[in-house]
Amino acid sequence: MSDLNTTLRQIAAAVDLQTLDGARVAALGKSGWVTALLKTLGQLSPEERQTRGPEIQGIRSRVAEAIAERKEQLEAAELERKLATERVDLSLPAVERPTGSVHPVSQVMEELAEIFADLGFAVAEGPEIETDWYNFTALNMPESHPARAMHDTFYCEPRDGEPARVLRTHTSPVQIRAMQSIGTPLRIIAPGRVYRSDSDATHTPMFHQIEGLVIDRAIHMGHLKWTLETFLKAFFEREDIVLRLRPSYFPFTEPSAEVDVGYSQEKGRRVVGGSDGWMEVLGSGMVHPKVIAAAGLDPDEWQGFAFGTGVDRLAMLKYGMDDLRAFFDGDIRWLKHYGFSALAVPTLSQGVGA
Amino acid sequence: MKFTLSWLRDHLDTTCSLHEIADTLTRIGLEVEEVTNPAEALAPFRVAEVLSAERHPQADKLQVLSVDAGEGPVQVVCGAPNARAGMKGVFGPPGAYVPGSDLTLKVAAIRGVESRGMMCSVRELQLGEEHDGIIELAVDAPVGSSFARYAGLDDPVFDVALTPNRPDCLGVRGIARDLAAAGLGTLREQPVRPVAARFPNPIAIRVEEGSGCEAFAGRLIRGVRNGASPEWLKRRLIAVGLRPISALVDITNFFSLDQARPLHVYDAAKLKGAVVARRARNGERFLALNDKEYAVTGEDCVIADEQAVLGLGGVMGGAETGVSERTTELLLECAWFDPERIGATGRRHTITSDARARFERGVDPTALEAMTEAATAMIVELCGGEASEVAVATTERWREVVAPRTVRFRPDRTADLAGLDLPASEQTNILQRLGFEVTGDGVLPPGWRPDIDGEADLVEEVARIHGFDGIPSSPLPRPAGVARPTATAAQRLERRVRRAAAANGLVEAITWSFVSEAEAAPFGPDQQEAAWIVANPISEELKVMRPSLLPGLLAAARRNLDRGATSVRLFEIGRRYLADAERPTLGIVLAGEAAPRRWQHGKAQPFTPFDVKAEVLALLEAAGAPVSNLQVFPDAGPTWHPGRSATVRLGPKAVLAAFGELHPRLARQFDVPAGTQAAELFLDAIPAPRGATRTRPAFTPPTLQPVTRDFAFIVPDELAADALVRAVRGAEKALIVGARVFDRYQPEGGQLSLAVEVVLQPTERTLTDDEIAAVSARIVSAAEKLGARLRG
Repeated sequence: MSDLNTTLRQIAAAVDLQTLDGARVAALGKSGWVTALLKTLGQLSPEERQTRGPEIQGIRSRVAEAIAERKEQLEAAELERKLATERVDLSLPAVERPTGSVHPVSQVMEELAEIFADLGFAVAEGPEIETDWYNFTALNMPESHPARAMHDTFYCEPRDGEPARVLRTHTSPVQIRAMQSIGTPLRIIAPGRVYRSDSDATHTPMFHQIEGLVIDRAIHMGHLKWTLETFLKAFFEREDIVLRLRPSYFPFTEPSAEVDVGYSQEKGRRVVGGSDGWMEVLGSGMVHPKVIAAAGLDPDEWQGFAFGTGVDRLAMLKYGMDDLRAFFDGDIRWLKHYGFSALAVPTLSQGVGA
Repeated sequence: MKFTLSWLRDHLDTTCSLHEIADTLTRIGLEVEEVTNPAEALAPFRVAEVLSAERHPQADKLQVLSVDAGEGPVQVVCGAPNARAGMKGVFGPPGAYVPGSDLTLKVAAIRGVESRGMMCSVRELQLGEEHDGIIELAVDAPVGSSFARYAGLDDPVFDVALTPNRPDCLGVRGIARDLAAAGLGTLREQPVRPVAARFPNPIAIRVEEGSGCEAFAGRLIRGVRNGASPEWLKRRLIAVGLRPISALVDITNFFSLDQARPLHVYDAAKLKGAVVARRARNGERFLALNDKEYAVTGEDCVIADEQAVLGLGGVMGGAETGVSERTTELLLECAWFDPERIGATGRRHTITSDARARFERGVDPTALEAMTEAATAMIVELCGGEASEVAVATTERWREVVAPRTVRFRPDRTADLAGLDLPASEQTNILQRLGFEVTGDGVLPPGWRPDIDGEADLVEEVARIHGFDGIPSSPLPRPAGVARPTATAAQRLERRVRRAAAANGLVEAITWSFVSEAEAAPFGPDQQEAAWIVANPISEELKVMRPSLLPGLLAAARRNLDRGATSVRLFEIGRRYLADAERPTLGIVLAGEAAPRRWQHGKAQPFTPFDVKAEVLALLEAAGAPVSNLQVFPDAGPTWHPGRSATVRLGPKAVLAAFGELHPRLARQFDVPAGTQAAELFLDAIPAPRGATRTRPAFTPPTLQPVTRDFAFIVPDELAADALVRAVRGAEKALIVGARVFDRYQPEGGQLSLAVEVVLQPTERTLTDDEIAAVSARIVSAAEKLGARLRG
């Protein structure tokens, strides 16, 4: 037994794999003492083998187990030592992936499309280089109409054989085009670029508007009021939206109403909601019978409402930008600050704000 | 439109407060922009007496005054020549803000003498232009009292933003009428008392058919004295921003503002023969009251005598025949002009005037005679004299102009259109208060409401006077079930590529639709003129509707680099404006560094055409384009580097995108770094994904291991790698599921070698060596057709 204990001590004391292997050879090697013991088994009588056999096999397996256990310990220690030399400073920067963003105007247009889709409005489009007829005449603004002069219109150089064109001064011509191409009943919004010859801190020669149009048989201003309230509550994500309809004048609606929304003062800036004061946000009204007729529909049968507002302005009111000119400058610092993640897709279930 | 509270009260008998009046105006569609009280700005200024006036010891032109403003003597240094002991004037104490000089008074030493305030001039208090001396008040002016109250300036001024459909409200009376209809008081009666005609009008008045002047009432008044207007009139004109000139001119301005009725007065002594409203003849010119000379055209309506053009009728009178202090005999013109012609003339000559603003929107034609009488009465009252008979000349059309118009009215329509359920009697009542005559199922609008021409207009009148507040919020009918999708295929595509681009690290910009001619030129269809040019651009920089998104993006890239950005990845989705259509397009510009210098790799990496190619293919894939069928054709055209650009096409013709390195010439023009990469995706060329079904084709992942084999080919220099890969893939379509170039090698002056990795996917059983050899042989032979050979 003393041999076994000596061997087990040697195994336990082995400081590296080489020493351990020496101990293994001394015990289990060809001329090791355990091997020698095993060899004696053949010379024993069957009775002796009955008792010595398991005894010797027991010694062998105890030695083998001890070696395996020690080997594992030594290997683990070896790995530790190796890994200790493989350290990297992970506080160093990884490869920076460029981050993109979606322009606030695009984001807001998608938000509007999402809200109005729930109310059954499709998104309609029309050309930005528009004929005089669609931009003015069909909208009850004949050539001499004083309202035309208020539009600061950009005119295009004439092209041979084509009607005179203007850069559309509003998205309202899409009303006519939608009535003509889609027909009735009709619920559309029409967002897009519009142009006015105007440039200062709050006006740019190009900006974005959105038009809404409902044509049906029994639509009245009460529906207009509800639609605008519902839309503004959804868009600004607050319930305390108060509207004030104020009689006004647009050639293409009758009756016409300017829509003011109540605002409140929060942290020194005006936010939509509450009723500390009023600010003008929309123009609206019942579509003028002449406009319905110009689009080829019977104004005695069809009627409805239309409204329009600035998309850039809605974006500013919701997200807090204060300079319209920055919208069109392409400054990546501004675009990253006020822009939106590609994943911030407005949906009704996640919310239409981001 | 500006007017004062006292002026309004001339027409409206009301007990309502300023606040109620302002709120009601806005509520009925006459939007109040501002109510100001000039007395508030002048609150610190008091009536003061000059007790003594001594020479300033250090300055000849200054005096040292002792002034009493109700609190005992105060020393004031004053430079006004008219300052003298015993006079009364207006004193501003230290701390008072002087609006006309934009300064706040303080105690100061002027040339060594202390001055504790100021005696003010008319201009300093913004009451007029006069600045020759200090204001002199009547000797009985009460010392120490508020100057503003004493001078009757305590009269709030309304500024109302009028909509162009309400010419009647360009007169205070029209505004008063609306307020009365809204229940704020009663409209005072204004009976017209005709002025007796003492003699026939010696000046013949004529209007020519088609001239644009449909009626002209002319009246001679002789023996007038044209002095200054009375204080009340001057004060009113000043309060609303007009400069009093002389009684006669002030009277015409008064009628314009009070009754929305433009008038004109001629010095009759300067007229020669008959006065005629006619079209101008070519070559005629006249000097207008604004001291500018106008060359009038055959499209303009002018008033002329037998010698010359006197003025542009209804727009602006002439300087030569205007009244002056020496005028003793005048011709009063009360005419009616066709709104369209007035508008056209005003635009042609870019003249804006109070007269144009009113005639262009429509002046009450039925009040022609009444207004002639009322104006005569005021002239005779203020300037004396006696009046002739009224000579009225009209055209054939005039009868039509003044004929009553019946507008159909069914009270039910108010509920149908406005959602307001009001009894018919209440509606009738509102219309009558506004001056409409209600007859059975029709309504006769008054002459001052040319804007009313249909039932919807009447509904608006009823609704606005009743109040839009009463309109109930009524939900739009909603179809059963979940809201249906509304976006079109094109809209879905645009949204997908936008989100994909942003997800890939591109920043969305929106740039102007218009660019300069120079910026547009290289991108034009034949590098010539762009299709759409703005005739009246805001600047030369914003003149041409862009034929490409790149000029705007390149300019934005340059601005960013100028501001210190090192890496610019911009995209924009918008339209290109071509002769035949506006085409939805996605533009990309990559400028500066693709990757900054890094601790692992050292130097910053520039963008390469392959960076932009990766973006293009990723976006085309996001757009649902059949990416594996797309082909790349070298050289995208003259705006691109000929060797480092390409088009991506579906078949030989349909170009879905162009990309690559910007031509160095353009990089120089746009002042962006050489090597700037760009792309345009032509969104309307991308075919819509086919099939409406949501079900995907059946698919089970193969269970057998794919086999990969590499082939190295020696290829002709000009062979596109894409063509080789395509040929390899096509060699055995059933088995080859992937092929890609993984190495490209060409030693200096040696042959080009391309190595292709081919993936074979067995489906039913493992491939035998023979089968693999057979496929390999087909691959090699397909490549050989392109001039490639397997490298030994």
